[in-house]
Amino acid sequence: MAESFKDKVAIIGMGCTPFGELWDKDVDDLIVDAATEAVEDAGIDLKDIQAVWAGTANSGVTGSSVSAPLQLQYVPVSRVENACATGIESIRHAALALASGVYDLVLAVGFEKLKDLGFPGLHPGKLSDKFHPIYPAGGTGPGRYALAATRYFERYGFAPDEGKRTIGKISVKSHYSGARNPKAHLRNEVTLDQVLKAPMIAWPLGLYDCCGVTDGASAAVLCRTDDVKRFAPHHREDYITIKGIGVSAGPGWGKNKEDYDFTHWPETEAASSQAYEMAGITNPRKQLDMAEIHDCFSIAELIAMESLGFCENGHAREMLIDNGATIAPQFREAVMKKWGATEKEIAQCPDSEDVLIVNHSGGLKSFGHPVGGSGGREIYEIYKQIQGKAEDASRQLKDVRLGLAHNQGGHPGRFVCAVMIVGVPAERL
Amino acid sequence: MGAGIVSYGAYIPMYRLSREEIVRVWGCGSGRGEKAVANCDEDSLTMGVAAGLDCLKGFNRETVDGLYFASLSAPYREKQSASIIAAALDLRRDAFTADFCHSLRGGASAIRAAMDAVNAGAAKTVMVIASDCRLPPPNSATELLLGDGAAALLIGSEGPVAVIENRFAITSDFLDVWKRDRGDSYMRAWESRFIIDKGYNAHMKEAVAGLLKGAGIGPKDIAKAAYYAPDESNHKSMGRKLGLEPNQVQPPLFDVMGNTGTAFFMMLLVAALEKAGPGDLLLGAGYGDGAESFLFRVTDRINTVRDRRGIERHLGSKMMLPGYGRYLKFRDLMEWESTPVPPPESSENVFYREEKALFRGYGRQCTVCGHVQFPPQRICMWCQAKDQFDEVRIVDKTGKLFTFSIDERAAFSLDLPNVLVIVDLEGGGRIYNQATDRDPGNLRVGMDMEFTFRKFHEGSGFHNYSWKLQPVRC
Repeated sequence: MAESFKDKVAIIGMGCTPFGELWDKDVDDLIVDAATEAVEDAGIDLKDIQAVWAGTANSGVTGSSVSAPLQLQYVPVSRVENACATGIESIRHAALALASGVYDLVLAVGFEKLKDLGFPGLHPGKLSDKFHPIYPAGGTGPGRYALAATRYFERYGFAPDEGKRTIGKISVKSHYSGARNPKAHLRNEVTLDQVLKAPMIAWPLGLYDCCGVTDGASAAVLCRTDDVKRFAPHHREDYITIKGIGVSAGPGWGKNKEDYDFTHWPETEAASSQAYEMAGITNPRKQLDMAEIHDCFSIAELIAMESLGFCENGHAREMLIDNGATIAPQFREAVMKKWGATEKEIAQCPDSEDVLIVNHSGGLKSFGHPVGGSGGREIYEIYKQIQGKAEDASRQLKDVRLGLAHNQGGHPGRFVCAVMIVGVPAERL
Repeated sequence: MGAGIVSYGAYIPMYRLSREEIVRVWGCGSGRGEKAVANCDEDSLTMGVAAGLDCLKGFNRETVDGLYFASLSAPYREKQSASIIAAALDLRRDAFTADFCHSLRGGASAIRAAMDAVNAGAAKTVMVIASDCRLPPPNSATELLLGDGAAALLIGSEGPVAVIENRFAITSDFLDVWKRDRGDSYMRAWESRFIIDKGYNAHMKEAVAGLLKGAGIGPKDIAKAAYYAPDESNHKSMGRKLGLEPNQVQPPLFDVMGNTGTAFFMMLLVAALEKAGPGDLLLGAGYGDGAESFLFRVTDRINTVRDRRGIERHLGSKMMLPGYGRYLKFRDLMEWESTPVPPPESSENVFYREEKALFRGYGRQCTVCGHVQFPPQRICMWCQAKDQFDEVRIVDKTGKLFTFSIDERAAFSLDLPNVLVIVDLEGGGRIYNQATDRDPGNLRVGMDMEFTFRKFHEGSGFHNYSWKLQPVRC
């Protein structure tokens, strides 16, 4: 019988580079910057790290992608790759190794250098999970997620402009938050009108429905919760613990099986169920204080919120979006004004326990999505908010105790998904 | 009974280019009407598959013993096209194949060869496909003339819709239009007045006169004459030279389709068959390196093959190219902006292993749970039974559009936007693929979709063919 994993492992230090088009930084610079910040934050010496997990989709092979720039001396380093779920995966592997008792102090680094290609977007040859000359059919990230948007609108009876407005509000919110986050890539506010009039990328997804293409890295230092004082004597009380983790690789035939309807993410449902069970969460919307979720496209945030159980399928619009229930209280009025909400709508604030702040960092929308770097970046946001150390005071949330990070790799019909729930240690809850 | 036409079919690509647009772009020449232009994912081979499928409608493909393909624009200079077409049509593995290339008369030569095979008892039915997508020199009279298209005839002895009553051919070494093996990107020609006088006019008259004499009939006995001509005026004057009244001449479609080369007289013959009645005598004549003529008598079975898309329905189903620029893109006629985006790659090994799926269009049906699925898997997507499948051809089925997206910025495409579709097939099975020959502004969930054999790209230096989807055309 498996033991409970809840609260066994602590994150005692984290690092995150600014995300952006980092023309002056090599991938090795990103790894050094993120790992150094995490190690210093933990108050330990890099030499004390006993094992490392290196998470990257395409910016390195083998563990030496991290051991080389960090000058690690013959410690075990494994490369972890699970597409866009890579970042959370590398932290998960580090945590599981600690739980096994084989190591006491470990490091997870997630990183990606996407902007050295010489052209916008992602490398077209590296989008497919298996090389095939025909079956990818020229599918791109936006092209594939737009299949879900079209179907969502169809299934729930949204007229095209109605659907565009609904997902557009998500982008307005993310841009507003990202504009206030010093480490975000895209730091401009947008109005709903701008979102709706932006150049089309893949109908119905316009420019502002899509996340940036970005460089970045993040890192976490972990130990068993019982050992925190041994390894982080200067870290006082503000470490966080892992409450639950879940990973799901779907069979991946949604594009080829008629029982998949493209309006929900089954892998996210499975991974979050695992994590909720571990963390003892039965009502995520009420129990979680914040969630950093995979919003590579606006429609992805909408569907992920439903598949994570924040509301029932098909109800995100009225339960989470139109009423501003996912916006930080200090941003809510300004964001809703930007999408043209009436005073009455703004005044109808959901009960505080029905507020679940989603992608307060600005999300992938504002941070971009350097594949291996994103998961750690999401957890970094929750970590800093719990500690009360948000980089910009205007962004600081009150009383964050429990947060969820979510990433999924692949495309609608074929995902791998990783979910990690972190929060204040049990004795402080 | 001797060989005859058992079935027929044709294909005309969806796109048309207005001749006024060509004249406008170059500021010279004159022309009216429009010409048929193959999409950027089409070539003579893919159009040949489409004509072949039209021709096979209602026929058991297992009964086809051989396939001859005629073209002046075969996609490979070395490597047969008929073998790929035979696979896409899912003909038997022991069906014989041959390409008839290098001569404008290739279609007629292939019909003759098919007749001979049938009459000799070497085959019961042989399919003849002629298809051309010739690249004319830009800013030339030829550019105004040429169009793209394909025709298919099933030649056999059982149940013909038209029996072949006579045939006649002459061979000549006359050099009128040519292209050397190296050094000629476009066709070359000798002076028009000379080659029409001593080539086309002389050879066609001789070939048709010989045919009629052998059959013991005169021009007045012909119901409709479907014969090649390089252009409209020479087509008209040839009718007079052959002693035909205008109503005996099958209209040549120059104004709505253009000269489709090797396929041309066969496409006109298909158009004639579409309107023919039992007992009609049809003349078909191809030109090139001499000329070759056939006399067909239509039987009362003609009414059993009326459901072809053929010429008339394909002509009625069209989209105008927005301008000459799109034509330049479709034919890849310029050196385009170069970007660091890596070109598509491919692997012949994949096509070798997956021929049944990629060319022959087979999915699998689980014998335990019954679900049809594609692409083929070892373990059932639905019930996880292992290796318990029947192979089923899915590309003859239609389906409903379940969802779609319109990607404006996809890499690799000469025909942006890239329309991605999910289609649920009748009888089961769901396909993710590109949609071609579609109007991006007119896509609707629930619309009827069908398969079409196309070229995806030229990764690794070869033509990467397989099946795409398109809105049901007509």
